[in-house]
Amino acid sequence: MKRLMSGNAALGEAAFLSGCTCYFGYPITPQNELTEYMAKRMVEAGRVFIQSESEIAAINMVLGASVTGARAMTSSSGPGMSLKQEGISYLAADELPAVIVDMVRGGPGMGNISPAQSDYLQATRGGGHGDYKTIVLAPGSVQELTEVVPLAFDLADKYRNPVIILGDGMLGQMMEPVSFDDLKPPAEYEKDYTLTGAKGRPARKMHSLLFDTKLLEEHNWKLSRKFQRIEQNEVKYETYLTDDADMIVVAYGIGARIVKGAIKRLRQENLKVGMIRPITLWPFPAKVLQEMAKTVNDFFVFEMSAGQMVEDVKLSLEGKGHIHFYGRPGGVIPTPVELFRIISRHYYQAHALKRKK
Amino acid sequence: MLIKTIFSGFGGQGVLSMGTTLANAAMLEGKYVTYLPAYGVEVRGGTANCTVVVADEEIASPVASEPDFVIAMNQPSFARFQSILQAGGLLCANSSLVNTESARSDIEILAIPTSELAEKLGTIKVANMIMLGALIKASNIISYEAMIKNLNEILGEGKAKLIKLNKEALELGYNYVKE
Repeated sequence: MKRLMSGNAALGEAAFLSGCTCYFGYPITPQNELTEYMAKRMVEAGRVFIQSESEIAAINMVLGASVTGARAMTSSSGPGMSLKQEGISYLAADELPAVIVDMVRGGPGMGNISPAQSDYLQATRGGGHGDYKTIVLAPGSVQELTEVVPLAFDLADKYRNPVIILGDGMLGQMMEPVSFDDLKPPAEYEKDYTLTGAKGRPARKMHSLLFDTKLLEEHNWKLSRKFQRIEQNEVKYETYLTDDADMIVVAYGIGARIVKGAIKRLRQENLKVGMIRPITLWPFPAKVLQEMAKTVNDFFVFEMSAGQMVEDVKLSLEGKGHIHFYGRPGGVIPTPVELFRIISRHYYQAHALKRKK
Repeated sequence: MLIKTIFSGFGGQGVLSMGTTLANAAMLEGKYVTYLPAYGVEVRGGTANCTVVVADEEIASPVASEPDFVIAMNQPSFARFQSILQAGGLLCANSSLVNTESARSDIEILAIPTSELAEKLGTIKVANMIMLGALIKASNIISYEAMIKNLNEILGEGKAKLIKLNKEALELGYNYVKE
């Protein structure tokens, strides 16, 4: 059965169905509907919901719950996400699973409450201190949230690592028909690290303070090997009309939806433009971009930021191909017609240059 | 079929609920639909708008470049959104509050005096449903009969007491528009 739901509410239901047992949050637009949804749903089912006194408190409650083996989650946006970074670093250091939802708003500073994609680097580069990575999932529709949320909980447990669901104000607040019929709750993992009282077993401890540099180095290499495994195994992306394309747009999340609208128009004009939409922003689909660069010369990056994912595209292509960029920072939502005009201009320029060769 | 509609007006005029009502009705007809609200930090009295896209196929962008229909419940919305309405598009204006003169000759303007009509039902609160009824008559977005049939489900459990009033309002708007 389909229900018309906002992304935020659908995310809450998907988390509930994925077996999330603890939600901690502090209000901030544009993700408040998620906290609101959880306040009702979790409490009715006898699970844990706490509106904390701050974002810092919420992320540390997640850490505390995760230590005991709970499937824990928090959500925020903008300045709230900045406050959570210290806690996320501790989660990564302690190898604790957690799901953190970031419905990005315009920044920096207080910014505004409009949809933006300007926290890409914060999400994909760890965000807090130390050598660590967070898995970052970027859904593109309300329905896709119902696939991404159980995946996030699964990956968090599988790799014992924080996972970020990176949406934006538009995905959070727009409504689309959504069905939960196909949602499969993630598997329960054996957890041999939890602190549950040492009754009948030797005591355990968990801490990230490692004064011995050799020990801390080894811990870092261990984390690093884990991140390599994730890079090898967990890349997800969608391609759209790439087979015959001679220009490929790289866009994610809601930005990719607007691009799709633009590509429909471009195709009507017989411009061979396709798209790759990374669903995992980290690990980034670098290999598939490298493959594409064997036959395609022009890559067009669109983001609702001044240019962040474009760095990953450059790193992936390793100097191959030509990278075009168009960004709209500050919470501005471009229309498909605007992107149609910009992309077609770049497309014709690329063709004109090729003719000169 | 892919029809884009923008609903706009003051916060408190029921602009967003017009959008969710249409989106829900279209979904129950089995259509693809997206509903995208846009509102700032304003409270009642501020501006609000939402975009509803209804289609027979998967919807790429929930953002509408050139809407097929615009509903303007107040003057600032009329001024702002008439300019992006596509040529041949229809603008439904709340003529109780809006001066419907436009410099554009390539669009059609439908004036609905929602406040005066709402007075017949005894409450200004249903002005939005009167407007929605008029839009449904003037467009082919959804089936009016199916909507009336599904009204309980569309408006949700909390609105059970208001079904009759909403139905009357939709009917009033629907019948106000001549073929």
